[in-house]
Amino acid sequence: MKYMLMMNTQAGGEYQLMSWPKQDIEAHIAFMMDFHKKLTASGELVDAQGLTSPSQARLVRAGKDGKPVTDGVFPESKEFLAGYWIIDVPSAARAYEIAAQASLAPGVGGVPLYLPIEVREIGVAPKK
Amino acid sequence: MSGKLDTSTEHLLRELAPQVLGAVMRRYRNLSSCEDAVQEALIAGSTQWPEEGVPHNPRGWLLQVALRRMTDIVRSEIARRNREAVAMEDSSLVVAPTMYSEPEIDPDDTLVLLFMCCHPSLSAPAAIALTLRAVGGLTTSEIAKAFLVPEATMAQRISRAKQSVKTSDVAFQMPEASERAERLGSVLHVLYLIFNEGYATSSGAELQRTDLSSEAIRLTRLLVKLVPGDGETIGLLALMLLTDARRAARSGPNGELIPLDEQDRGLWDREMIAEGAALVAAAFSRGAVGEYQLLAAIAALHDEAPRVEDTDWPQIQALYGVLMRMSDNPMTVMNHAIAAAMVDGPTKGLELLAPLEQDERLRGNHRLDAVRAHLLERTGERDAAVKLYQSAASKTSSIPEKNYLMLKAARLRDGK
Repeated sequence: MKYMLMMNTQAGGEYQLMSWPKQDIEAHIAFMMDFHKKLTASGELVDAQGLTSPSQARLVRAGKDGKPVTDGVFPESKEFLAGYWIIDVPSAARAYEIAAQASLAPGVGGVPLYLPIEVREIGVAPKK
Repeated sequence: MSGKLDTSTEHLLRELAPQVLGAVMRRYRNLSSCEDAVQEALIAGSTQWPEEGVPHNPRGWLLQVALRRMTDIVRSEIARRNREAVAMEDSSLVVAPTMYSEPEIDPDDTLVLLFMCCHPSLSAPAAIALTLRAVGGLTTSEIAKAFLVPEATMAQRISRAKQSVKTSDVAFQMPEASERAERLGSVLHVLYLIFNEGYATSSGAELQRTDLSSEAIRLTRLLVKLVPGDGETIGLLALMLLTDARRAARSGPNGELIPLDEQDRGLWDREMIAEGAALVAAAFSRGAVGEYQLLAAIAALHDEAPRVEDTDWPQIQALYGVLMRMSDNPMTVMNHAIAAAMVDGPTKGLELLAPLEQDERLRGNHRLDAVRAHLLERTGERDAAVKLYQSAASKTSSIPEKNYLMLKAARLRDGK
């Protein structure tokens, strides 16, 4: 079973790495790299991506002529996907366990952030 | 190639790949099916040679297998066309194969192949993929892995690139003398893109993709032999060697980025530097100096400085000045300003960067912010520098670079 683990954060919310003291940023980066390594080593990681800053994000819709109409600069309260992991595990319970580990990523002073991780099972499409 | 293949056999197969493809192409012309046939021959070689030993004439062996495969392809194509009742006279595929003589190998075949794969009508990703497969002899799965895309995606990209070569009627022949320089320029550009993709991948967690850089160097070495004495080709090879020489020093144990001025120069590859510097000198002695030669000369000046403070910045500034007169590139203006700041101080550098803030081509690019942050840090304008480092961090799509810039901002801010 494949699951997508999504880390959503507010543009101006707690996950504002840049405002943290240097050693806390370093500890956070080290935690994330270690988490990635462990998931790779256990053979459960399918894919993981970190997304660029919300300041680069654009909302796109097609106009009446079918051409893209872009919208940018969002209110700080808007939630953004910061990154995701796709894992292949035997059960939902295991997916939750992994999500809980990610949730413990350290913040300021090394205190766990208890980040909300959205866990979604990936739908199975017929093979072509 | 298969995993159990030893390196020397793999190198041999990869080296022979374009030669064999060239010979098959001269007979059958159709890039798409010829390339498929050669790829099958390479796979046959990679599975049979480790068990049965490398044949006495490996090139002839591959060629025979590829030609046999081509005959099958042509036969089934003829059968298909007969079924469809198409007049056979029109068939471009039907060329009588002479199976029993050893077809001659012309070194120019590889060059013609390069010109074909790097044809300006192809998009950059298409040209890169096609070059790596047809000239580099890499399998689709290896190329897909290097670019971190699914194999099916890469297979489709290669097959569309072949289709595009076919529809734009790119002939398997040497370009006319009048367009040769321009076509060679396209080849150099594609090789440089392959190198950069490997060296400083702009996205993803890994800073360096070793294999693509080495492959670009291997192909450029090959090109230097095919167009002996071409200054820009030699310049490009030198540039790659002088840049790749710093590979081991360029990132830390956890993949974190280490900038040039903080690198442990003891880790630089002295042999590569010596070879690159000698190539730069040789290229310059030929007169007419192009952009790759200038960039290589600048890289050599960095590499030959035993310590960062020994860097010959006035010379680097002068070379970027020449580059600025040759082409209108905002990145060159930025690098020139960095060199000027080293010679005349950060205020001078900031002054030279000012016009770039209006440059549309740099919109959303993180580098200008990063450079200005660095210079403002040196003039002591800490708050402005922190803001710009953070702004640069939020713009880059390279994760190691983002981490580096974020930490730079934090260190400066915490240092208050």
